[in-house]
Formats: sequence, structure tokens, C-alpha cells
Amino acid sequence: MSASAVARSAGPAPWVAWVASARAWLFLGLLILGFEIWAEVADGATFIGNVLNIRSIAVFAVAPLLLAIGQTFVIISGGIDLSVGFTMGLASVTVSHVTNVITPVYGTAIGLVAGMAAGIAVSIVPGLVNGFLIAQLRVPPFIGTLGMYGVARGVAYLLAGGTTVPVDNDALSWIGNGTIGGVPVVVILTVLALLVLHYMLSQSKFGQYTYAIGGNRAAAVRAGINVRGTTMRLYVLSAVCAAVGGILYAGRFSAGAAQAGEPLLLDSIAAVVIGGASLFGGSGTVVGTLIGALIVAVIQYGLVFINVEPFWQFVAVGVVIIISVLVDQAQRKGGRVDE
Amino acid sequence: MSERAKPLLEARGMTKKFGGVLALDRVDFSVNAGEVVALAGDNGAGKSTLIKIISGVFPSDSGELRYGGERVSFANPHDARDRGIETIYQDLALADNLDVGANVFLGREPMTRLFGIVPVIDRRRMREEAAKTLDTLDIGLDRLDRPVRALSGGQRQCVAIGRALHWHAKVLIMDEPTAALGVPEQRKVVSLIQSLKARGVGIIFISHNLQDIFAVADRITVLRRGVNAGMRNTAETNPDEVVRLMVG
Ligand SMILES: Nc1ncnc2c1ncn2[C@@H]1O[C@H](COP(=O)(O)OP(=O)(O)O)[C@@H](O)[C@H]1O
Ligand SMILES: [Mg+2]
Repeated sequence: MSASAVARSAGPAPWVAWVASARAWLFLGLLILGFEIWAEVADGATFIGNVLNIRSIAVFAVAPLLLAIGQTFVIISGGIDLSVGFTMGLASVTVSHVTNVITPVYGTAIGLVAGMAAGIAVSIVPGLVNGFLIAQLRVPPFIGTLGMYGVARGVAYLLAGGTTVPVDNDALSWIGNGTIGGVPVVVILTVLALLVLHYMLSQSKFGQYTYAIGGNRAAAVRAGINVRGTTMRLYVLSAVCAAVGGILYAGRFSAGAAQAGEPLLLDSIAAVVIGGASLFGGSGTVVGTLIGALIVAVIQYGLVFINVEPFWQFVAVGVVIIISVLVDQAQRKGGRVDE
Repeated sequence: MSERAKPLLEARGMTKKFGGVLALDRVDFSVNAGEVVALAGDNGAGKSTLIKIISGVFPSDSGELRYGGERVSFANPHDARDRGIETIYQDLALADNLDVGANVFLGREPMTRLFGIVPVIDRRRMREEAAKTLDTLDIGLDRLDRPVRALSGGQRQCVAIGRALHWHAKVLIMDEPTAALGVPEQRKVVSLIQSLKARGVGIIFISHNLQDIFAVADRITVLRRGVNAGMRNTAETNPDEVVRLMVG
């Protein structure tokens, strides 16, 4: 038997593989089509033809997407980061406090920079602790980051004094609400972050090692990859992405809040999974997660748009997650013949 | 043992204790360049312990390791790998989600610059060089851009061997390389071992399968409960004798 004959019989059926690889795009297309038809039939209006809708969906998607991108790296490596939501909250509260303290003394620009720097610096702490627990002490990621979920949550509420923290800085508000050529600044910044992270994941050694660790940690160790260092950096990256989400939140709402990211944890994981990543690690892409986040945003915004009770959002997102996982498993089964 | 060649790798008086268990007791072992030595023995005989010492996983308690005539001690597996001692484990060989090129170059990826500025992993070079290496070994894979998950067990074994060769392994240690393979694939691995041998690689081959051992090994070193039970040239022995040495 020739080697190639074995290979040909090994893969899943071509159409299964194709549907699996394109499933996020298919979902997104079907969703938009569905809402469009509904809007046309029910109200004689257009859903996706309306720039206002597109802009709202984009703004809506920004925060979950930022969390989801960091989460994508972590999930590809075979981990998970449950603490991102409260890291985002913690960062938003820190940004607000520090900006409020610095702005009156040194002015708007320095106030903004100091606030953002503080928000990011603060987020590095939970990132490092997560990384240390998981990489050095081999605590399961689910448990380690669940602990950090609690710690970040508590500290964020303590720092915020149990309420939201208003922030007054024009530059920060502009970042949160301004537009450039009609495009919201938060969307532009998020697209830039996406490009950088897409490059890191797909073209850098760090990205390659992220995949390798998720695919076979022991093989990565044996290949001489610094698995611990890479794992540490993954959780710091995830926390920094959450901090950027917190900064944009503080700008958009002119306030920091401990609970800023609370509802976004599940949305972020949903985006990653719907985008084609496997929770077992080893696969996923930034583009896939982008599509996944858009799917979640379209579902949430679209249901409001067509006046469906908002609670259906949870049901719809949940169903899409389950379908995604099922498709992923069907493809997986087809892919392994020798085990 | 043959007197003609100086062994490429030689272990003398290897002793290793785990708590109260004497896993190896003054074991001698050697492999020459271009030679296949089978390491045979029942479960718990000390085969894995011996190759772990040779590949730098842990040090021995006493005894000396000579490599290329020099006394060596490896701090860790990378150290041994850098010196040309590669180990292929049944399960730890490959990242299933990466393609063949990425696996061959895992941990040593070549970089290039996009538009002359942005550093990116040179995937094309990884694929081309991997293809070249696999070709020289006569391993025909029709596509190198798919995750190795899609390959059969034997093909993956071939990729792992190709990787070792690409990085100029001088000693290749294979722990049960044919255990999980079908018969045709076992034959492929056996023929690969023969072509590595022709290139002067010294191969240490651990197996339970006497048929495989007799198919590829030049010599057979038998361990029994941590001690040398005997050493035979394959041409001058038979499976019955080897089994007797194994069980005592
Ligand atoms: N890491 C270890 N800790 C304790 N005992 C070990 C360890 N590795 C091997 N042993 C013991 O050493 C002996 C030799 O084991 P091993 O080298 O794995 O044998 P083989 O590979 O020939 O089956 C066995 O009794 C085994 O239980
Ligand atoms: Mg063993």
C-alpha cells in the first residue's frame, strides 16, 4: 500500500470538511439573510442595507471581540481564560480613577495616556498570575482563571467603591464616541488590534508555538519550545486585550464599572467557538473569531431590530454554539482513522 | 562485540535507582555508526530507563557515557538533541494540528521578511525543505500542507524520522516505532531504518516484536531486570535464544 493511498482515505468527506471550515461564514450569511427577509416582509425596511445598523453592529461587537481575540490565543493553546470579563472591568475602573487624578493637573492628553497605561499595567497582574498558575504550577486553566475571575471581580468592585466611576476627559470620550470619516474610533482601533493579532497568530513564532502547544504540548516541549514562557505570555496577552476593552468601555460610557465585562465572557467564548476554534485546543483563527463575534452581534442586534423579546438572544447564541461544536466534532471524527 | 569500529555511542556501567528499585545495574551498551542495535527485554527490564539516560531525560547514578569517543553528560533532552541524538517516541513526536513542514521545523522555524520589512515564518521554505528530506528517504506524501492528523500512523512515524534526519541526527533512538502500525506500514518503517543505516546513522531500536528485531537489527542487546542478560549478533542467533535470554 502506498503512503498516498492511505492519506487519501484518511480525511473526512470533502463536503463535511468544506462545511466545517466555512461554517462561520455560512452562519453569518444565513443570519443576515434571515434578518433581511424578516425586515423586508414585516416592515418593508432593509436590515443590512442600512448604514446605521452596520455601524451599530460594529460598535456592539467591539468589546466582546477584543476579549474574544485574546481568548482565541488562549483557547488555541488548549487553555481558557474565565477572568477576562472582570479584568476588563478592573481596567475600566483603573482607567477612570487614574485619568480623573491626572487630567486636572497635567491636562487632557497626559491624563488620557496615564489612564490608559494604568489600565493596561493593572491588567498585566491577573495575566501574570494566571500564567504563573497554569504554566509553572500546572493548575488547570479552568480552575486557575476561575480563581482570578473572583479575585479580579472583588478587587474591581473594591476599587470602584461598589458603584460606577464617572470619568471626565474629552480625549477619552472622543476615543469612545468619536468618528473618523464616519467610522467610529473604537471600530478603527479594534480593526488595528485585529490586524496586529492576526499577524502574531498566523505569522510569528509566538503564534506558531501557540498552535503547537495546543496540538501536542509534550511535542512542543521536546522540540525545545519555551512552553512555560509562551503560556505566560498567552495569559498576559489575553488580559491586555481585556484591558483595551476596558479602556474603550470607559471612553464610550465616560465611566468605569467593575461589571463592564461581566456579560461578555460567554459572548467571547461563543465567538471563538463559533469562529471555528476547538475547545480542545490546537485550532482557531483571528478571522474566524471575528466572524464569530459578528455572528453574536448580529444575533443580538438583529433580534432587537425585529422586536423579538431580548431574552431570545441567549437562546439563539446558545443554539449556535451547540451547532458549531457538533459540526466541529463531526469533522474531527472523520479526520482520524488510525486511533 | 566487534572490535573493528570505535563505538559512536557507548554506555558503561550504567546504574540507576528509583527509590528502592534498581532499574539499571552496571549495564553496558554501545552502538556504532551505521549500525542498528535492538534493545530487547521484558517489561520493566530497564530499556526505557537506559534510553532516557542516553537521551538526556535524566542522569545516571553512576557509569559513564561516551559519545564520539568523548565523555559526555547531557543536562536535558535539548542538549542531547543539539549533539545529534534524536529520540522518536510513539506519542510525543508530532503536533497533529500542524502540517508536515511545520513539524519538521518545530522549534526551529526559518523566518523571512514580507515586503522586505515584516518578519514572518517562511512556510514555503519549511514545506520545500521538508519535501526534499522526505524525498531523499523515499517517503512519498502527496500533500505537505495538511495537518499531520490527516496522515496515517506510519506516515506520521515517517515524518518524525524525516525530522530527525533533517536535523542531522547521528544517533536515532526509537522506542517501539512499529507497535501501533499495520503490516505494510511496519515494512515502510523497517525500510526507512535500513536507509538511515546506510547513511551512517546509529540506531537504537526498542521493540517487543522479535520479527521486527530480526528484520532490522545488526546486534541485539538483551536486558533482564536491570542487568545485561546477553548480547548477540543477529546473524548468529535466533528468536528462541533471544527469548531465553529475556526471561532467564
Ligand atoms: N520514573 C520512575 N520512577 C520509579 N521507578 C521507575 C521509573 N522509571 C522506571 N522505573 C522502574 O524501573 C524499572 C525499569 O523500568 P523501565 O526502564 O521502564 O523498563 P522497560 O522500558 O524495559 O519496560 C521498572 O521496575 C520500573 O518500575
Ligand atoms: Mg519501556
